[in-house]
Amino acid sequence: MNRHHRLAIDRIACDGRGLCAELLPELIDLDEWGYPVIHGQAVPADLLGHARRAVAACPVLALRLERAAGDRPPPAA
Amino acid sequence: MTQTTELRQSTEHRLLRGWFETGGPADLTEHLRRYGPAPLPSERGARQARAALLQTVEQAGLTGRGGAAFPTGRKLRAVAEGRGRPVVVVNGMESEPASRKDEALLDLAPHLVLDGAALAAAAVDATVVHLCLPRGSARATQVDRLTRAVAERWRAGLDRIPVEVHRLPHHYVSSEETSLVQWLNGGPARPLATPPRPFEKGVDRRPTLVDNVETLAHLALIARYGPSWFRSTGTADAPGTTLLTVSGAVHAPGVHELPLGTPLGAVLAAAGGTSRPLGAVLVGGFFGSWLSAEQAPAVPFARPELAALGAGPGAGVLVALPADSCGLAETARVLGFLAAQSARQCGPCRFGLPAVAADFHQLAWGRPDAELPARLPHRVELLAGRGACRHPDGASRLAATALAVFAADVRRHLETGPCPGAALPPVLPVPGGPAADEVGWR
Ligand code: SF4
Ligand code: SF4
Repeated sequence: MNRHHRLAIDRIACDGRGLCAELLPELIDLDEWGYPVIHGQAVPADLLGHARRAVAACPVLALRLERAAGDRPPPAA
Repeated sequence: MTQTTELRQSTEHRLLRGWFETGGPADLTEHLRRYGPAPLPSERGARQARAALLQTVEQAGLTGRGGAAFPTGRKLRAVAEGRGRPVVVVNGMESEPASRKDEALLDLAPHLVLDGAALAAAAVDATVVHLCLPRGSARATQVDRLTRAVAERWRAGLDRIPVEVHRLPHHYVSSEETSLVQWLNGGPARPLATPPRPFEKGVDRRPTLVDNVETLAHLALIARYGPSWFRSTGTADAPGTTLLTVSGAVHAPGVHELPLGTPLGAVLAAAGGTSRPLGAVLVGGFFGSWLSAEQAPAVPFARPELAALGAGPGAGVLVALPADSCGLAETARVLGFLAAQSARQCGPCRFGLPAVAADFHQLAWGRPDAELPARLPHRVELLAGRGACRHPDGASRLAATALAVFAADVRRHLETGPCPGAALPPVLPVPGGPAADEVGWR
């Protein structure tokens, strides 16, 4: 099975101070108000360490690293 | 609501059959005479009977009519297979201002909807059905009527699973399924971050099926007449009929039932034909897409074909914009409304959406600053995929298609200021009133 890691953000919890983008500029940009913009779907293996550090640094636990694989659940109605 | 003789002869009516037979709403007596009681799965051999009903819905290929067009059978199965006894939530909020079809259906054929709710609840073995309706005066008599209809069915022994009627604050994002779940759990009627999705963990942390009222009415007919009957109209990928609210420059605006896959030109013809030359067509609603008047007529109203153009069926809304109206002004008003209606929980809704709305306002009626042409498309693009719900995505789609379809107007506005059309009265029905935050979410 083709497993990969993916960054996800709880957009309601995120307060947009942008710490994650400082720690992981390769994958995260900020918009003009300081809220994160994630580039690309998968996190490349060589950036996994940085990604984990960014997740740990998010002050409101809004940033997550998800394992994505196989079936997608049904979307909202 | 409109009826024309051509319509009566040329299309098959399913949900609106009663209306075309009597010209009025169907009470319980009339409903039972026309359809008989809902074929609930037998309580003996219950497991197998439930499985058979689930399979029937899957084979019919019914998709949600609330906006996402997700396969209903798959959603039923996910809920039925979840952990714990399920809950069914019937979404009758219809917060899309350009849509009237759920309101019309609940008026004309309330018992088809309630049959569908009873059947869906039986299929997933739920213990309770929550019927969610908007609070406020506009639909208050309808809510009272439905409350009485629910009680009448219970007294008559037609429903096995109790139905509770709820009145929720009526904001644009309050009809999101996570908003309904959060409200039913005692919180504000505002979207929640997912996961978990309602089908996994919703009301009382139980697997929760949220379905639109029209979807359930179709389900009530599928349970009676079977999948092949359902598939006998519409397309192979988008079977059945759908309710459409058509407004704008047509002779017979109102709610119409047509097969999925009907070309938009034929939809407009069913609504009496266009009353003036068209400039564009909005398909899907406030979260919808603009299509040019040249392109629109040939496009079939069905999810796969619309998706190929980056559009979607939404809640079945079609607005015919006359050529002399200003698409930029229309879009600016809707974006202003969407910005005021957001729950202001996520970055794109707090900052991005109001900024895009302000840019559009400037473009439509003001003197655009020098940076606007470069800034606006970028801001529009960054709205998508960055909220907890699809609110900013919908706004982004509307704005992006406006910039594309009205590209010539954009150039004109930038060069010479607002066109005469920008001063005309609105075609899209943008509600006034206070921002959602001021009214409250509980
Ligand atoms: S560090 Fe966390 S709160 Fe800050 S911008 Fe990134 S995701 Fe949002
Ligand atoms: S995206 Fe907007 S409407 Fe949706 S939850 Fe976030 S703030 Fe609310």
